[in-house]
Amino acid sequence: MAKTTATRGRELDRAGLSDEQLVAMLRNMLLQRQLDNRGFQLNRQGKIPFALGSEGHEAVQAGAATAFRRGADVLVPYYRDLGLALGVGMTPFEILSSLFARVTDRSGGRQFPNHYTNHDLGVLSISSIIAGHCTHAVGVAAAFKYRGETGRAVIVSNGEGATSQGEWHESVNFAAVHCLPIVFLVQNNEWAISTPQDMQMKVANVADKAPGYGIPGAVCDGFSPIAAYKAVHEALERARGGSGPTIVEAKCYRFLSHSTDDDDRTYRSRDVIEERRKLDPVPRFEQVLIEAGVIDEARAKALKADVLRETNEATDAAEAQPYPTAESLYTNVVAADYRPWQEFQQ
Amino acid sequence: MAATTITMPQLGETVTEGTVAQWLKKPGDSVEKYEAFVEVSTDKVNAEVPAPVTGVIRELIVKEGETVPTGAPIAIIDEVGAATPPPTGSGSPSEQVAGAAGNASKAEANRQASDEPVPGGNVGLGGPSYSAPPSGSGASNGSGASSGTVANGVRVSPAVRRLAREHQIDLAHVRGTGDHGRITANDILAAAKAGPSAGVAATITADNAEYTAPAPRQPAAAKPAYTSAQPGDLIPLTQARKIIAQRMVESKHTAPHAWTMVEVDVTNVWKWRVREKDAFEKAYGVKLTLLPFFIRAVVESLARFPLMNSSFTDEGIRVHRDVNVGIAIAADGNLVVPVIRHTDQLSVKGIALAAGELIEKARRGKLGADDLAGGTFTVNNTGANGAILSAPILVPGQTAIVTTEAVVKRPVVRDDDSIAVRSMMNVCMSLDHRVVDGAVASGFLSDLKKRLEAMGPAGSL
Amino acid sequence: MMAATAQQQQTATTVMTNVEAVRTTLHDALARDDRVLIMGEDVGARGNVFLITKGFLEEFGPQRVVDTPLAEASIVGVAIGMAMEGLRPIAEIQFADFIYPAFNQIVGEAAKTRYRSNGDYTCPLVIRTPYGGGVRGALSHSVSIEALFYHVPGLTILAPSTPADVKGLLNAAIECPDPVLFLEHKKTYRSVKGEVPGGYYTIPIGKADVKKAGTQVSVVSYGYNLHQALDAANRLEGEGVSVEVIDLRSIRPMDKTTILDSVRKTRKLLIVHEDNKFGGIGAEISAMVAEEALFELDAPIRRLAGPDVPAMGYAHPLEEEFMISTDEMAEAMKALAKY
Repeated sequence: MAKTTATRGRELDRAGLSDEQLVAMLRNMLLQRQLDNRGFQLNRQGKIPFALGSEGHEAVQAGAATAFRRGADVLVPYYRDLGLALGVGMTPFEILSSLFARVTDRSGGRQFPNHYTNHDLGVLSISSIIAGHCTHAVGVAAAFKYRGETGRAVIVSNGEGATSQGEWHESVNFAAVHCLPIVFLVQNNEWAISTPQDMQMKVANVADKAPGYGIPGAVCDGFSPIAAYKAVHEALERARGGSGPTIVEAKCYRFLSHSTDDDDRTYRSRDVIEERRKLDPVPRFEQVLIEAGVIDEARAKALKADVLRETNEATDAAEAQPYPTAESLYTNVVAADYRPWQEFQQ
Repeated sequence: MAATTITMPQLGETVTEGTVAQWLKKPGDSVEKYEAFVEVSTDKVNAEVPAPVTGVIRELIVKEGETVPTGAPIAIIDEVGAATPPPTGSGSPSEQVAGAAGNASKAEANRQASDEPVPGGNVGLGGPSYSAPPSGSGASNGSGASSGTVANGVRVSPAVRRLAREHQIDLAHVRGTGDHGRITANDILAAAKAGPSAGVAATITADNAEYTAPAPRQPAAAKPAYTSAQPGDLIPLTQARKIIAQRMVESKHTAPHAWTMVEVDVTNVWKWRVREKDAFEKAYGVKLTLLPFFIRAVVESLARFPLMNSSFTDEGIRVHRDVNVGIAIAADGNLVVPVIRHTDQLSVKGIALAAGELIEKARRGKLGADDLAGGTFTVNNTGANGAILSAPILVPGQTAIVTTEAVVKRPVVRDDDSIAVRSMMNVCMSLDHRVVDGAVASGFLSDLKKRLEAMGPAGSL
Repeated sequence: MMAATAQQQQTATTVMTNVEAVRTTLHDALARDDRVLIMGEDVGARGNVFLITKGFLEEFGPQRVVDTPLAEASIVGVAIGMAMEGLRPIAEIQFADFIYPAFNQIVGEAAKTRYRSNGDYTCPLVIRTPYGGGVRGALSHSVSIEALFYHVPGLTILAPSTPADVKGLLNAAIECPDPVLFLEHKKTYRSVKGEVPGGYYTIPIGKADVKKAGTQVSVVSYGYNLHQALDAANRLEGEGVSVEVIDLRSIRPMDKTTILDSVRKTRKLLIVHEDNKFGGIGAEISAMVAEEALFELDAPIRRLAGPDVPAMGYAHPLEEEFMISTDEMAEAMKALAKY
């Protein structure tokens, strides 16, 4: 079981990442935080019915997204993967179109927020069924292997709660037996709505289960984007090289309630959250980069302003879009040119 | 400087109201777009609400601690130099969103299971569930058809009903070859096929035992043989003729026919008719004969003798509520009996017009199923060709049928023993002796005679 | 000369059983299209419990004939992922009775893939499974499952009864760009033989087939029952009762036109299915016909179906009580004709 953490201070273990990549990671985290917030704001304003927060996940997702190879890899996310979605190339406009349920949403306003789909970027369409996407991810990896496409891998992402589902187990098992190019990224934020980890599993780490499947597991600091990057990168390289799956568990924390429909005051104490807030990865990574001399305060400020600007523009643009028409309900049930009455061919 | 009214947002999909827990700004304070300016609590969540615009708080409408419904105004902000122009088009979704978002999610909630749809848990497949009535268990087989026994009236399938209507077939005269004598669709089609002009008027027998008479839909112009019968001819039976024959036999063999008659002095009513007829014909284009006067008297007498307006059934003598008088009409070698519905509700004029219409239709062969259905009593003007005495055959299902014989001028001895020349008309009646006897029958006829003799010449139509 | 003979051979028909039709069709699909692969329990080394894929592993290799772990949800789920990624997987559920763990993936995921992504992703997946009873399979090797799935928009459900239809529809299923549940009645595997044209062909999905024309009663059926219905109808022909037998073939989409045309002709409809009566597909057919052709009907619509008990028992009286006999069908047809 490998553990990786990034060090603070001027000596930065940058894991081979360039300054641009580091700054891009920070920007991703800032954008995720800003968009996250915007979702809540819009909901509290009464403008959108529903939003899900991902505060606390910025680091692991920025790191994993950096390890993801665009144009080759496939991401099978879950509904808290805003940072991953942004990190692999989705735009704030797409995200907000989904929140506002406008016609510019790629699912045509059909999906709940945060249920992304983007075939061009390699983001698989998902449902709300926890761990329902895990077998699909394995299937995609199986297709890569089937076609002999080495160098391609799949990241499937979910929380620690999903690992209780039978289908998560079946997915890991299948991938292990068939040695498929896939990384099972488990973002352990310690809470599945109101269920704490110790009511979800008996082990301290999800990654402890990996030997049970005959595959390696790794625990990393999900509050450090560089540490997360290292762990996911290593696992992806293993996968691309044909050595099969890895379970990468990133320890992080869910700072907010599960969603705008949840009030975590009924099951969590404020003190604990406040204590964990001190380790908030977003301001922390900003500090790390400043201390390492990668950026200065002014640059940090400019980044934030730019992210806010981008968010505001995307919000206004998305809000101005029309809703899908009622008629669109009936499309794409089956293929549009699907003619069951095919000609009898000989 | 635009004033924006902020309304209570819907925090949570089933939430209908909110409480202002704490104002974070007071009037006169400036506020940025997205800056929290109030804390709101609902039974689901407590939350800070961000301002939708940048400006200055003008008014706080709701007090701290006060609860208002979703969508109620809570504050007014004077917008200052809005950074972005408001979305275009009043129809744009954004302006309706404050309420629409709530409505949309309400609709969503309605479509989903009662549990809140939370992507953290499996979303219920939702929608209302209907419990269907329990089916019988055990393997079913093809038997056990519904009981379409004849006793309850002929129960017809949708196909039979439709085909009978389309082909103008009278169900009462189709022999069923299906289970328990059920009339099948093929029976109807066979009946329709018999005879090219299929000249039998359609009558749909409902599940009551009211009888409706047959009549050719179109005069059998294609069968000149009957109307121009020659010695030595063997005239083939038309469908109409077959059915007439069938019904006549049925009638005679079912109801024991008794017969009686009265002589009626129609001098006055005749005078009345003569007085009215020209104007009437001019006004309505319909001939005014003695018939409507007669029928008017008949319905009044039927009111006194309701037993004459009845049907004999195995369950009992059904005394009809409605009075629907049928008029026998000869048309092209066939007999039709169209029916004036609710005759008792019509005046002489009304009867004249209704009868005129039916006669005209009969002449043109345009009588429909409704015209022929539901008769309860029948009048036959046998006197049209000069007869002074007739013994009519009952329409099956009716208790009586009366005839108006020819009006003949005769010398009669009056009450004061003087002799006068009066217009006399015999009225004959055949009756179903199962239902009424001579006493009732002649009572009815006497009443009828009295009324007729009391009519005119100064009456009104 | 040689070319002509080759062509003759190509289009000549062969007599084979239903199971042989499945086998040859799968084999040809693997040979024809690189994207096609078969996955399921025991499909590789064992060659499938009915020997349908015997020899395939040796011929096509373990990549294309995949022995999966014993986990139906992932058999279907992984196949979904492969289909979303552009392959044409044919997933096998060993017995229809075992399909329930995969219900989540079939109904919650496969059926909705195109819809929820608004066409961004599709799921050209075939799930094959043997169903039905009469083979002493007892409670968990005999069920019919079509009624559980035919309700779901986005799914195609096929249930051919004859070898020629099996081949044509299985090919169509593999070609179909959306998920197909392909049902094979196990009692017909070896008991039904028929002529199958050579060469590649498909049969239109959503089209029923009038297997026997008649004038007095329309019978709609599929699976093993279809053959019984034909036997009963042929027997009645000799007694002067003319029954039209329609092989439904495609449960969803369902061929309304053929059914309605027949009902308009005969005016009497009998639906026969082995599956439980309540909520079986006979219910949908009845509602549809009543809705669209009420005034053509000369008799109530009849359904002859399985009893509403969870499953047929192992003991032969229990199985026989559950299964519909040919005599029962003949009686029902005759009664309806007479009505």
